Amino acid sequence: MFAQLRPALILFAVLSIVTGMAYPLLVTGIAQTVFPKRANGSLEVVDGKERGSRLIGQPFSASGYFWSRPSATSPAPYDASGSTGSNIGPTNPALVTAVHDRVAALRQADPTLAEPIPVDVVTTSGSGLDPDISVAGALVQVNRVAAVRGVPAERLRQLVQAYSQGRTLRFLGEPRVNVLLLNLGLDRLHP
Amino acid sequence: MTALAVVQLVVFLGAIVALAKPLGIYMARVYEGRPSGLGRVLGPVERFLYRIAGVNPGDEMGWKGYAVAMLLFNAVGMFALYALQRVQGGLPANPAHFPAVAPDLAFNTAISFVTNTNWQNYSGEQSMSYLTQMLGLTVQNFLSAASGMAVLVALIRGIARRTTSTIGNFWVDTVRGTLYILLPLSLIVALALVSQGVVQTLAPYKKVALVQPVVVDQPKLDPSGAPVKDAQGNPVTEKVTVTEQTLAVGPAASQVAIKHLGTNGGGFFNTNSAHPFENPTPLSNFIEIVAIFLIPGALCLTFGEMVRDRRQGWAILAAMSAIFMVAAVVAISNEQGGNPLLTKLGVDQRFSATQAGGNMEGKEVRFGPAASGLFAAITTSTSCGAVNSMHDSFTPLGGLVPMVMMQLGEVVFGGVGSGLYGMLAFVIVAVFIAGLMVGRTPEYLGKKIGAFEMKMASLVILIPPAAVLLGTAVAVATTAGQAGASNPGAHGFSQILYAFSSASNNNGSAFAGINGNTQFYNFTLALAMFFGRFWSKVPILAIAGSLAAKKLTPVGAGTLATHTPLFVVLLIGTILLVAALTFFPALALGPIVEHLQMLAAAH
Repeated sequence: MFAQLRPALILFAVLSIVTGMAYPLLVTGIAQTVFPKRANGSLEVVDGKERGSRLIGQPFSASGYFWSRPSATSPAPYDASGSTGSNIGPTNPALVTAVHDRVAALRQADPTLAEPIPVDVVTTSGSGLDPDISVAGALVQVNRVAAVRGVPAERLRQLVQAYSQGRTLRFLGEPRVNVLLLNLGLDRLHP
Repeated sequence: MTALAVVQLVVFLGAIVALAKPLGIYMARVYEGRPSGLGRVLGPVERFLYRIAGVNPGDEMGWKGYAVAMLLFNAVGMFALYALQRVQGGLPANPAHFPAVAPDLAFNTAISFVTNTNWQNYSGEQSMSYLTQMLGLTVQNFLSAASGMAVLVALIRGIARRTTSTIGNFWVDTVRGTLYILLPLSLIVALALVSQGVVQTLAPYKKVALVQPVVVDQPKLDPSGAPVKDAQGNPVTEKVTVTEQTLAVGPAASQVAIKHLGTNGGGFFNTNSAHPFENPTPLSNFIEIVAIFLIPGALCLTFGEMVRDRRQGWAILAAMSAIFMVAAVVAISNEQGGNPLLTKLGVDQRFSATQAGGNMEGKEVRFGPAASGLFAAITTSTSCGAVNSMHDSFTPLGGLVPMVMMQLGEVVFGGVGSGLYGMLAFVIVAVFIAGLMVGRTPEYLGKKIGAFEMKMASLVILIPPAAVLLGTAVAVATTAGQAGASNPGAHGFSQILYAFSSASNNNGSAFAGINGNTQFYNFTLALAMFFGRFWSKVPILAIAGSLAAKKLTPVGAGTLATHTPLFVVLLIGTILLVAALTFFPALALGPIVEHLQMLAAAH
């Protein structure tokens, strides 16, 4: 058994350096050279100012913006230094209450809103940082944003379509709109 | 299940089958020491390693020597990972200045990563320094995987060889698996993930100003940092305007790649592959799920190659795929079906051109219920345990699927190495049952299966379920255990059952609402992980040694063919029967009763 201790210690130490130092540093070196923007968090820069990461959602809740999905991070929503989901079970009364309140908030902010609410805008995401809402989830908010900003609703529907992303290779993922990019576009075109 | 979801499943399985053969044959060459193509680059590194470690690669070990080497190597890894977490506060590459990890949590995490489980009672971006993530956790992602593959290869040698006392050299198998298989694949996958937006940097966390500041209720703290409470003992909150967002980054891609390829599953960030920096696009998601099945699938073909009968490998791959497909279909359909309790509130969960619909609580819009349900089936068929959605918020039957897949013993693809050696234990039981039926001595690939092999195979199959049920029983019977459940009723029980199913079978995914970072769970789950892993690895090596010593029995008229559809069905039946007899009562108390409650409440 002691004869095996030497290879155990030495191989562990050297393989640790290979897999725990050389390998991640090699990946870092290549990534920083070939994909510098993506390796550093895909920051969205507008007029020289960093407005956030295009991969990480931000908490939009003003009626003149398209709202992001509810977020379970705490205490602030969309806390990107502490991702978490709600982990509320499907039959937990807390889920029904929370969704009920979110539906009510959307209808209160837009009394003309009569249709059923797309599920993604009243449920929390897995990461608490979801950058997207569904296209339906954006369209259902158009009337509210249009009224606040004094823009024809049709123009905003076109804006939503312009910012929509379809499925990759036609079968991977789901149709969606990046909320940060949509709202930045909104600020630029219809301030 | 939508047509698009069917396409996803079919393309995924097609990719796995297409990649399994070339990779499987490559791995067989690596483990047999034949030229593999990478020898010119990696050969000098490999020989240098043997020289300084004093290993003669030609020296073969008996099964006991192999087991001792494996256990020693894992023990060294466990101590090193524990120590690194405990001293990380004073070491470099810690830009967020995280202090030492608490002893019970560090103990749990060390066992968790060395056993290839990667159960996480910590939040990566809030407790682990970059150095710990790289030099501690990433290392064990590689070495626990390589060590699982080594044990499998030893078992295959035991089956393939005859009348010999040795089953290979553990050091050589571990070094070759790491250098020739895991490292090159990880490098490719890591860079592919960075191209999609997975972060890879040593820079500190990044602060950005929010486009729209938000006002939040924050717990008020007194000058010492303790929460202030009012007269009733409730925490006092104050309104705070949040104007900036801190983006946690780090060397994630290098770790995420091996976390999938090695079926480890431990996320760089707390929410694992649901986190946009860990799994940013539908394409990165596809790369990640292929990476999970890649090696466990290909190892079936490695097995066929090494026993010189590829049909045996294909038969096992077919059995695995059949069970997996059923799991994927059930998970996806239930998640796409949505939660009837929300429909009543005026929520639209229907699939349409502008939304994926379904049960979206705990899911990301870019994946939707189809890619989330598929990921859940994949990550629990294998012992990976990475998640791209929160299983805790799945519908009752959608959440039943990951639980059952773990309870099958992680043999449907399973962990790298451990999945196939667990499956071969079931094969031994299946040929034994078949032998009893026709009254012949059971044999597999020319080796007679005796009482010793049956005893060892039974241990491999029965120890994890025993750990699941005993652990769950202790937890639900004690205050400390009950305190972990964060959801009321049947779902709270499911959270505990899921935790022990995950730990004992070395999966690592969770119904993550469970509050596992307590002394009770840190300790009990660590024990479950330890027994689940090593109390099956050692009996597997015992089988390997025993089979290697046997002589070959020639194929006769009464020999049961083990590459036929009939045998595949027998094998599937054996696996399902053992799991059903073991777990049905527990499942009835958790997800099944919750499903019935949900249907009743929806009316």
